[in-house]
Amino acid sequence: MATTMITTLDRTSRAAARGLSDMSIRNLFIIPTILFLIVFNIFPLIYSLGYSFTDFRASTNAPANFVGLQNYRDLLNDPYVWSNFAITAKYVIISVAGQLLVGFGVAMLLNRDIPLKGLITTLLLLPMMLSMAVVGLFWKLLYDPSWGVINYALGLGNFEWLADPKMALYAVALTDIWMWSPFVMLLSLAGLSAVPKHLYEAAAIDRAGPFYTFFRITLPLVAPILMIAVIFRTMEAFKTFDLAYILTSQPTAELISIRLYKMAFQEWQTGRSCALAYIVLIMVLAITNIYVKYLNKVKER
Amino acid sequence: MRKTMTSLLAGIGLVLACGTSVYAQDKELTIFWAEWDPANYLQELGNEYEKETGVKITVETTPWSDFQTKAFTEFNAHGDAYDMVVGDSQWLGAGSTGGHYVDLTDFFNKHKVGEVMAPATVKYYAEYPGGSSKYWAIPLEGDAVGWSYRKDWFEDPKEKEAFKAKYGYDLDVPKDFKALRDIAEFFYRPDQKKYGIAIYTDNSYDAMAMGFENALFSYGGELGDYSTYKVDGIINSDKAIAALDAYKELYKFTPPGWAKSFFVEDNQAITENLAAMSMNYFAFFPSLINEASNPNAKNTGFFANPPGPGGDQFAALGGQGISIVSYSKKQEEATKFLEWFIKDETQKKWAALGGYTCSAAVLKSEEFQNATPYNKAFYETMFKVKDFWAVPEYAELLQQLNQRVYPYMIGGEGTAKETLDALAADWNATFKKYGRGQ
Repeated sequence: MATTMITTLDRTSRAAARGLSDMSIRNLFIIPTILFLIVFNIFPLIYSLGYSFTDFRASTNAPANFVGLQNYRDLLNDPYVWSNFAITAKYVIISVAGQLLVGFGVAMLLNRDIPLKGLITTLLLLPMMLSMAVVGLFWKLLYDPSWGVINYALGLGNFEWLADPKMALYAVALTDIWMWSPFVMLLSLAGLSAVPKHLYEAAAIDRAGPFYTFFRITLPLVAPILMIAVIFRTMEAFKTFDLAYILTSQPTAELISIRLYKMAFQEWQTGRSCALAYIVLIMVLAITNIYVKYLNKVKER
Repeated sequence: MRKTMTSLLAGIGLVLACGTSVYAQDKELTIFWAEWDPANYLQELGNEYEKETGVKITVETTPWSDFQTKAFTEFNAHGDAYDMVVGDSQWLGAGSTGGHYVDLTDFFNKHKVGEVMAPATVKYYAEYPGGSSKYWAIPLEGDAVGWSYRKDWFEDPKEKEAFKAKYGYDLDVPKDFKALRDIAEFFYRPDQKKYGIAIYTDNSYDAMAMGFENALFSYGGELGDYSTYKVDGIINSDKAIAALDAYKELYKFTPPGWAKSFFVEDNQAITENLAAMSMNYFAFFPSLINEASNPNAKNTGFFANPPGPGGDQFAALGGQGISIVSYSKKQEEATKFLEWFIKDETQKKWAALGGYTCSAAVLKSEEFQNATPYNKAFYETMFKVKDFWAVPEYAELLQQLNQRVYPYMIGGEGTAKETLDALAADWNATFKKYGRGQ
C-alpha cells in the first residue's frame, strides 16, 4: 500500500462523522493566518511601495502624482536624515553592547547555586514586562534635575541628563539597557545552563585558568544563543520610538523612527515617509542578514 | 444545517439590534477636541443644549500630543465619527483645501459672526486664506500666551529693596522685555533652588515656536508676509534676530533640565516653587487659581506679554474654532448647534463655565473682566495677537523652525543670524515646492 504525506482520517471514526477531515482542520487554522498576514502585512507593504514613488499626502484629497525616484533622491541628500541615521547607529551600538555586557554579566552571576535564585531571576525580569511608554515616563521623572532620585542618590546636583544635548542619547540608551538587559540575561541563562558540566570538569583537571575556561568553553558554547539575543535587540533598538520620544526632544537624540513619525503623521508627507520607511526596512534587513549569516557560521563550528 | 441557520439568524438579529440602537441615537452630535479642562466645560455646555433641544452632545477627547494625528487620520479616512471638530488655528489651510471642513461662509454672513466675535479671533480661527472672506470655523475657545508670576516673591520688601539697588528701578510686573529679563536674572538663585523664569522649549509640536513668537512679535518682527509668502529679510530681519537672542537669553534663567517644557512643566514651575514667572496659555490658568492644584494659588498673579524695545506689544495666538466635518451625516443638526452656540446668552454661559469666549460683547463686559484674576490680561491680549502660518504645509514649516531654532536655543550652536538665515532658506524652499508666492 502506498503511503501518502497526509494521513487520511479513518472514515468510520467519530471525527469523520462530524465532517472535519485533517485537511479541513489544517485549512481552518492556516487560512485565517495567511489571510491576516496578507491583509495587514503584505498588502500594505506593497501598497506603500507604490506610494513611495508619488507625492501623495494623506491629509488632502488631491490625487497622487508619480514622481519617480524623487523622494529617495531627496531623502538621501537630506543632511538631517543622515544625521538621524548616524544617531540611530550610535544608539544601537551603545544600547545593544550595554545590554549584552550587563545581561550576560548578570547571567554569569546567577548561573550558580544561590539561595532564592528563582525569586531573584523573576524580580530581575520585571523591567522587561513594563510598557515602553510607562518606562519612558518613569525615567523622565527619575532623571529630573530638580526632583529626580538619580541625581539625589548619586550626588550629582543639577546634572542635566536629558536637557544636555551631548548626554541625552546616552540617557535614553541607559534606560533601554535597564529595560532590556533582563531579556539578554534570560537567553544567556538558558545558554549557560546548557553547557555540559563535564567540560568544566575536564578543564579543571587540565588546570585551565578561569579566563581560558571562559573564552574557550563558555563563550563559544553560548555564542549562538547570544547572537540571537543580539539580532532581536538590534532590530528592536533600530526601531526604538516610544522611549526616545517621551524622554527627550533633543535633535541629538532624534532617532530615525522619530523623524519618520513626524514626516508621516505630523507633516502628512505620506509619499516621502513611505520612501523613508523603505530605506529603513532595507537597512534592517541587511543588518539582520549579516547577523544570520554569522549565526549560521557560529552554529557550524 | 439547521444549527448553521439558527446561528446565522441569531447573528442577523444581533446586527439588526445594534443597528436600531444606532438609529435611536440619531439625535446625537459628537465633537472632537483635545483632552483638557475647556473640553469638560464644553461638555457641560453641551448638556445644557441637550436639556433645551433633546439633542445629545458628546465631547470626545484625546491627549494633546496626538490630537492632530488622530483628527487627520479620521479626516483622511473620510470617517464620520466626529460631526464637529474644535481644530487648531493652523489646521484651517489643511482642513479647508483638503475638503475636510464644511464651508461656513454663508452661515457667517447670515448670522453676522464677524461682528459678534473679536476681530483677531475671526481672522485667525475662521478665515482661510487670509483676507479671502471665506470662513471655515466659528471661534470657540480664545487663547493666547500670557504670563503668571509669584506675587509673594515680587512683593517681598527685602526683594524689592535689593532689586532697586541692583537695577535702579522698582520690582513690579515687567513693563517690557528688558524688565522681564532683569527680573528673571534677579530671581535666578540655583543655590536656593529658585529660578527666574519658565518658558516653552518643547520642539515636538508648536510649543517652542509659540514661545519664540511672543518675543518676535513684541520686538516688531514677523514670520513673513502672509499674502506673498516672502520670508527673506523678514524672518531674518534685525528685529527677528534681536528677538531670538532675547528669547535665548531667558533660557539661561530657567530651572535645570528645562529643555522639553510645555504647559505642564510651566504650570509646575509655579506650583512647585521653582520659578518667579512662567509663560503659559491662558487656558491653563484656571488650575493656577485653584488651591487644590496650586498651593500658591493665593500668591499667583498674571500679566499680558510685555512690549519689546520698540513699544510693540503682541502675543502668540493659541485657541481654536469649531468646524463641521464634511464627512458627517448630521451637518444640518450640527449647524443648529452652532446657531445656538453663537447666541449672546450661550456665550455668557460658556464664559461662566470657564471657557474663553471669543464674543466681543462678553469680553468687553465688566462682569467678565472681573470674574477671575487673569480675565483682564486675557481681554487685553486677545486684541493684539498674531499666529503662525496656516497653510496646509504648516507642519513642515513648524518642523523646519524647530530644527533650526532648537539647536541654537538649547545647544548654543551657531548664531541667531545664521539660524534665521537658514530658516528663511528652508521656508523659501518649502513655499517654492508648493508653488506659493515667488
